[in-house]
Amino acid sequence: MKIAGCTTLLLNTMFYACREAAISMVRNFWMNIVVVFVIIVSLVILGGAILVVLNADYFASSLESDVEISVFLKPDLDQNTVLEIGERIKDTPGLLEVEYISKERALEQMKASFGERAGILKNLEQNPLPDAYRIKVKDVNQIAALAQSFEKFPGVDKVRYGQGLLEQLLLVTYWVRLLSMALVIALGLAAVFLIAATIRMSVLTRQNEIGIMKLMGATNWYIRVPFFIEGVMLGLIGAITAVAVVSWGYMELLQRLEVAVPFINLVPETAVLTSVLVVLLGLGVLIGATGSLISIHRFLRV
Amino acid sequence: MIQFYNVSKIYKNKVPALLDVTLRIKKGEFLFLVGPSGAGKSTLIKLIYREEVPSRGQVMFNGKNITRFSSGEVSRLRRKIGMVFQDFRLLPNKTVAENIAFALEVTGASRENIRQAVPLTLAKVGLAKKIDQYPAKLSGGEQQRVVIARAIINNPVLIIADEPTGNLDPDTSGEIMKLFQNINRSGTTIIMSTHAWDIVDRMKHRVIRLKNGKVEGDEDSGVYNLAT
Repeated sequence: MKIAGCTTLLLNTMFYACREAAISMVRNFWMNIVVVFVIIVSLVILGGAILVVLNADYFASSLESDVEISVFLKPDLDQNTVLEIGERIKDTPGLLEVEYISKERALEQMKASFGERAGILKNLEQNPLPDAYRIKVKDVNQIAALAQSFEKFPGVDKVRYGQGLLEQLLLVTYWVRLLSMALVIALGLAAVFLIAATIRMSVLTRQNEIGIMKLMGATNWYIRVPFFIEGVMLGLIGAITAVAVVSWGYMELLQRLEVAVPFINLVPETAVLTSVLVVLLGLGVLIGATGSLISIHRFLRV
Repeated sequence: MIQFYNVSKIYKNKVPALLDVTLRIKKGEFLFLVGPSGAGKSTLIKLIYREEVPSRGQVMFNGKNITRFSSGEVSRLRRKIGMVFQDFRLLPNKTVAENIAFALEVTGASRENIRQAVPLTLAKVGLAKKIDQYPAKLSGGEQQRVVIARAIINNPVLIIADEPTGNLDPDTSGEIMKLFQNINRSGTTIIMSTHAWDIVDRMKHRVIRLKNGKVEGDEDSGVYNLAT
């Protein structure tokens, strides 16, 4: 009975709190529009950046299987040294597979790839190709570091890996990550302070009301909750809009790319979008809650 | 119901607003608080509803020392007290009904309860017809009736009225005083600060006279006593 009473009390109070929050939001309409807009912009940028990075990672991992390091050995090594180098390579952590390709095998492979024109190779007096190890790595991000370490092995002549595309891709995602993080943090902070400013304004416009509420025995909690709800709602509205913009944009992009450049694989929408959606909604609420708490704390010392 | 034990209140400007006040107010009393401006009437009232805390001494309400109340306890205390002000303190952007409902909402009362209580309480103060008006459309006397309705809707044990007739003409003041008289007859204690000597003299209730923060006189069915 007592618990039921408390629950209805709480429900009534929440109803009044939500109503007051709604009234307040209508009253500060234009300020709220600006706040919501800033939240939308920052969350859309964040969502876009997450999608770019996720897709780049996805693309990189699809390249991963094709990416190998080739370690070419110096020409006049005896068989033992060749094997020793092989053992040393295999001892390095982070490798998926190490394959030895002797110069004879390399020549055969080359002949096979030349096909009908393999005749050119018959004129060779001796095999010009070096012995080599072909290495597959677990993590593409490690590839440059691994290649460098192999270069220092004695007996190693040259190290080659899928330089170019992959490196550039990794560099792009690195910068996208860095820039978007900086931008998102800056815009997020701006959004938090804008929310704090709006809530401060609604506190000030309702100063009178708050004073009367206190005289009538309103608890601190009762006075504060509407402002908290207002802040969270602003964050949520911004986040929902941002989610809509990002999802629509991504699906649109997927459709266009499928037609224009079918060989580029993007992460299919449902897998990514749900997680991005959750992140954006959570951040929107967090921004709203933080902003309103700052103002409640500073301007509602009841 | 209310006891003051050697209560002093000194504000930051070092001038004592109340000095060593000891008094006792019984349940069901109708009490006038009189004295020149700055005598400490408002401070005494604020100490009862815990807007202020005494610098020295204790204030008891229903056997509890309210000087040590937490903010939650202060909220609960205030729900037992109806407040009436000289300047009304109505919210201009809310209707009469909404202004009154406000007092019940802060207690978490249900909307159903509020829907029933508001017209009933307005009828008690004779304003049933003005339920959907905004305060600005009402006369001073009508606004004060709304304030009284707001004060009594919680069935408070005490009503504190700080110069409630200060902005009203004599006829309207008389009607407001009749309302207070009725409320008092139903058992509610009333503490009213006032400058209206005619009202005080006519009604023959207990009068506490304050001057320079001290109790100068305290008599049953007293008079305003212009000489002070």
